[in-house]
Amino acid sequence: MAGSTLTLGKALNEGLRKALEDDPKVLIMGEDVGRLGGVFRVTDGLQKDFGEDRVIDTPLAESGIVGTAVGLAIRGFRPVCEIQFDGFVFPAFDQIVSQVAKMHYRSAGNVKLPITIRIPFGGGIGAVEHHSESPESYFCHTPGLKVVSCSNPVDAYWMIQQAIASDDPIVFFEPKRRYWDKAEVDPSAGAPRSLWDAEVVRAGSEVTLLTYGPSVKVCLEAAAAAETEGRDIEVVDLRSLSPIDWKTVIASVRKTQHAIVVSEAPVYASLASEIAARISEKCFYELESPVLRVCGFSTPYPTSRIEEDYLPDLDRILDAVDRSLAF
Amino acid sequence: MAVQSVQPSEGPELVQLLTPEGERVEHPDYSIDLTEDEYRELYRDLVLVRRIDTEATALQRQGELGLWASLLGQEAAQVGAGRALTGGDFAFPTYREHGVAYCKGVDPVTLLGLFRGVNQGGWNPHDKGFQLYTIVIGSQTLHATGYAMGLQRDGADGAVMAFFGDGASSQGDVNEAFVWSSVFQAPVVFFCQNNQWAISEPLERQSRIPLYERAKGFGFPGVRVDGNDVLAVLAVSRAALERAREGSGPTLVEAYTYRMGPHTTSDDPTRYRLAAELETWKLKDPIERMKAYLSRTGMADHDYFAEVDTAADELAAHIRAGCLALDDPDPITLFDNVYAGGSTLLDEEREQLAAYLGSFEGAH
Repeated sequence: MAGSTLTLGKALNEGLRKALEDDPKVLIMGEDVGRLGGVFRVTDGLQKDFGEDRVIDTPLAESGIVGTAVGLAIRGFRPVCEIQFDGFVFPAFDQIVSQVAKMHYRSAGNVKLPITIRIPFGGGIGAVEHHSESPESYFCHTPGLKVVSCSNPVDAYWMIQQAIASDDPIVFFEPKRRYWDKAEVDPSAGAPRSLWDAEVVRAGSEVTLLTYGPSVKVCLEAAAAAETEGRDIEVVDLRSLSPIDWKTVIASVRKTQHAIVVSEAPVYASLASEIAARISEKCFYELESPVLRVCGFSTPYPTSRIEEDYLPDLDRILDAVDRSLAF
Repeated sequence: MAVQSVQPSEGPELVQLLTPEGERVEHPDYSIDLTEDEYRELYRDLVLVRRIDTEATALQRQGELGLWASLLGQEAAQVGAGRALTGGDFAFPTYREHGVAYCKGVDPVTLLGLFRGVNQGGWNPHDKGFQLYTIVIGSQTLHATGYAMGLQRDGADGAVMAFFGDGASSQGDVNEAFVWSSVFQAPVVFFCQNNQWAISEPLERQSRIPLYERAKGFGFPGVRVDGNDVLAVLAVSRAALERAREGSGPTLVEAYTYRMGPHTTSDDPTRYRLAAELETWKLKDPIERMKAYLSRTGMADHDYFAEVDTAADELAAHIRAGCLALDDPDPITLFDNVYAGGSTLLDEEREQLAAYLGSFEGAH
């Protein structure tokens, strides 16, 4: 099959379709995922082709979605749960943190829960409250979960399939404001890399921007703008947030000697904090300046009319680049 | 067996087939007809299950277990439900279902690991169809419902039984499980042991109506059974499981019983309930009524009861020896099985701990 131009949302749809075709144990479950095809149409057409028993429109209860997925997984299925929006994952938080994350550990490996929990996350779409959050740090903080985020259509297509094939439970964060971004996706090419590998999406020599999900594009734009001023910025797309590909991260920071973490999540006690701490431990002698964090502020997600002031944008990133290099 | 017609003691809504005095009674909807051997075996189960409990409580008092959740008084509820389960059925327990575990063939010694602190559940759930104990209240009812949906998709014959208590009936997860199982007609039986107390809170703090009546609002039948009557529990559980297997959806069984002991060995029930209440329930003891029935009908004699007591002593000795043989795990194993596919982060932390522990070798 030759490559075609797909949006990120459609790439996810094609990846889910492939997973359903490849393994009869794969199920999709969530609110409005069937007849409607999901509020973002990520599961569009799948119920029609795979039936109501495999693409399940569930009652409106997030804990129920994840809790029944646990039972289905114990029975040998591979459920893919959709949480409709980031801010709606918390009714399921108990099941995810206390049951999904711990089952393999407490059963001494006897019970595997190959569950993928898809969550559209992040802001920038002018939504009402609870529809623009970045809760990934909670899940990264939870042993037993693996957490990944795609930033582009090619990764979306492959990473969703790799996540579903994993025997560990994975929280899969989808950058909702990038659902309509397009790229060439070639299913015949094979997965370009492991699910757990970070990718240097732009090579540079002076500063490393470490980022993921929706902020990858912002960082690339910042790097392009900086280039016009003669700055040479490297951008690393982490892709896997737990575990993190420290080898790639540390190699980049040792090279550039300046590191900035960019994320939409509230900065305090966040994944960005963990990255900054670890870089300080591993690259202490190479660093020329403190690791900086350009993140969401430590507030609830603000109203949409001022969300652009909350989100890390090109100017805030470039300001941090200036501060890092001037240190 | 001659069956006398006696009015049940707890009102007409309570299914009872054996009175607290050990008299067989009839019920219009539920009946049971067992061989003499089967009646005797049920008695034996009750005695052995109580012995598992008393031995584990003793082990806790002697410092061999950190905690124990006693099932004292709930033996008939658990044996009745447990013996209704067949090989293809899967049970999702709370942390108090030692009697169900016994009926499912799980060695009682393996139940102790969690309470001794040497593991978090020492058995493989797939071996006997008995999931690990679940401590967060009510979570397992959703797992049971999901497993039942899996049975539907596999076209399998089995059914699922979800265990929980009166306190759990207030949890969101339990109510979500009711919705899901009803909507999808999942082959699951919700077996609620209403033992009257959620630690210190009485049933009145959980519900204004009898718990079994809640089922109606979710669209499936509920039935209240005398939870201290092993025959009635067996009959009701079998009917509910059969209904599930036939594709007719869930049933809520409320086994009306009493927690004779504390919530756990860490609890002190004298702070919140009267001794007189306990005395009332002692008159409804599940083992005594079965013993009276066997004696009255001549199905068992002194020799049989003595033989069961000997078997209980042997089981207790097995549990005690097994418990003492449960050694502490090697500290480095705390990193094992966090992930099925491993983790580079944990590999690094494991090496750190190993190096740290290794630094003490040879030192005193």
